[in-house]
Amino acid sequence: MKRVILSTACLVAGVGLASASEVAPENVKYDEYGAISESLTGVPGDAANGRVIMGTKSLGNCVSCHAISEMAEDVPFHGEVGPILDGVADRWTEAELRGIVANAKMTYDGTVMPAFFKTTGYIRPGDAYTGKAAKTDPLPPLLTGQQIEDVVAYLMTLKEE
Amino acid sequence: MELKSLKAVTSAVALLALGAGLASAGEDDQLIINGETEMVTRTEAPAHMEYIDEIRSGWTFRSDETQALQMDDFDNPGMIFVDQGLDTWNEVDGSEGKSCASCHDGPESLAGLRAAMPKYNEAAGEVWTMEMYINDCRENRMGAEKWGWNSNPMVNTTALISLQSRGMPVDVKIDGPAQETWEKGKEIYYTRYGQLELSCANCHEDNYDNLIRADHLSQGQINGFPAYRLKNAKLNSIHNRFKGCIRDTRAETFKEGSAEFIALELYVASRGNGLSVEGPSVRN
Ligand code: HEC
Ligand code: HEC
Repeated sequence: MKRVILSTACLVAGVGLASASEVAPENVKYDEYGAISESLTGVPGDAANGRVIMGTKSLGNCVSCHAISEMAEDVPFHGEVGPILDGVADRWTEAELRGIVANAKMTYDGTVMPAFFKTTGYIRPGDAYTGKAAKTDPLPPLLTGQQIEDVVAYLMTLKEE
Repeated sequence: MELKSLKAVTSAVALLALGAGLASAGEDDQLIINGETEMVTRTEAPAHMEYIDEIRSGWTFRSDETQALQMDDFDNPGMIFVDQGLDTWNEVDGSEGKSCASCHDGPESLAGLRAAMPKYNEAAGEVWTMEMYINDCRENRMGAEKWGWNSNPMVNTTALISLQSRGMPVDVKIDGPAQETWEKGKEIYYTRYGQLELSCANCHEDNYDNLIRADHLSQGQINGFPAYRLKNAKLNSIHNRFKGCIRDTRAETFKEGSAEFIALELYVASRGNGLSVEGPSVRN
């Protein structure tokens, strides 16, 4: 009996925590150039985890379109569809990078780069890579707010100057 | 189990071949089959194409090793299925006691057909693909069961018929009664489907010749279909390929034989007007 009460309390606390700090995709504030100045979660990003997300097919899979020299040794097959990301932190601020990763279409109109923190407005959305119709509307975003913070933290390490 | 590991080996080899071939990418190689049939693999784009000057067969994007497999029929694994298609061609089936050969004699009587497919069928009042013509014969002339779009006899028969047009330029009609379907296919080609919001054009028009992860993007032409893929070690239909590409955008796909894919097939075929019919081709 006591245990049940305890776990319910934990659950409530957990939910409260998530909704208080993590911004929902539809509430993200982009400035007129597509940048997002506030953290999506309030928790600092983990660059090491961001690196894993970018190189992993089932996560960000950013390397399918972008080459990153620093990753060449342990992550094979980098694509050529987007620009090489070496030195990207010299070109963009953290807020701008957060905006590009969350929804690159706000920075570059009509870009082929997918929006990683968007959940609605798709044509024939599918259930991941099954080819079947999506099970939910809105869809889960491709990356969570914290995963995006982690990716941004990693991108901020890509400096040449 | 055994089959699975064989496939794994084949795709590993394909991957290796891709990497090795990249330097040359066969850009200027010429495709001559069996040392005699010269194929057009690069040519001026048809007038209706707005953003591309030169059209290129998928063959020009493949590694030297994969290219070589298509240069000799003894090396082309797709030819085994053409042989099986010939057996099917001569096989009596259905209530009327007929085979394809009963009405068409040898398959060479259908030379030129692939080059013009899909095309408007007057009697039906709609655009038909080769699969639809074949199933019409089976149902209404042979009294036999329809074949599934991706079934072995269907894909093998389309390979046998395509081979009869090998080397002929693709020449599908896009005007007159076919125009409405063509327009619909064009709209689908430029629609950004799925959670990744990618259209056919994003990959095959804006980014052909670029790598996307380990894949060297081609123009997504269908002059080589049905295509033998090293990846799954079998012949693949056009609609099956479309389905795979749309699935990869995290979208709900259309079905093989759907009105959408028939329209898309007409549009994509027309983007290849002028390239040689290659089916069965070899791709990774
Ligand atoms: C389907 C291709 C594709 C994928 C996948 C992709 N991008 Fe991009 N990205 C692009 C393109 C193309 C551009 C350039 C914008 C334009 O011109 O459209 C770009 C631009 C960028 C830029 C700005 C680069 C610069 O040098 O100015 C950053 C940073 C970036 N992407 C990060 C990422 C990250 C992080 C991921 C994964 C979480 C990712 N991209 C996934 C295609 C892609
Ligand atoms: C996310 C990228 C992407 C999108 C979007 C895409 N494709 Fe593809 N497609 C590929 C890749 C990768 C291959 C394999 C390499 C190649 O031939 O380009 C391929 C291959 C093909 C081929 C085989 C070409 C050959 O010579 O064997 C056809 C046909 C094709 N695509 C048509 C389409 C059509 C039609 C659409 C839209 C419905 C489409 N693709 C959308 C990535 C894509």
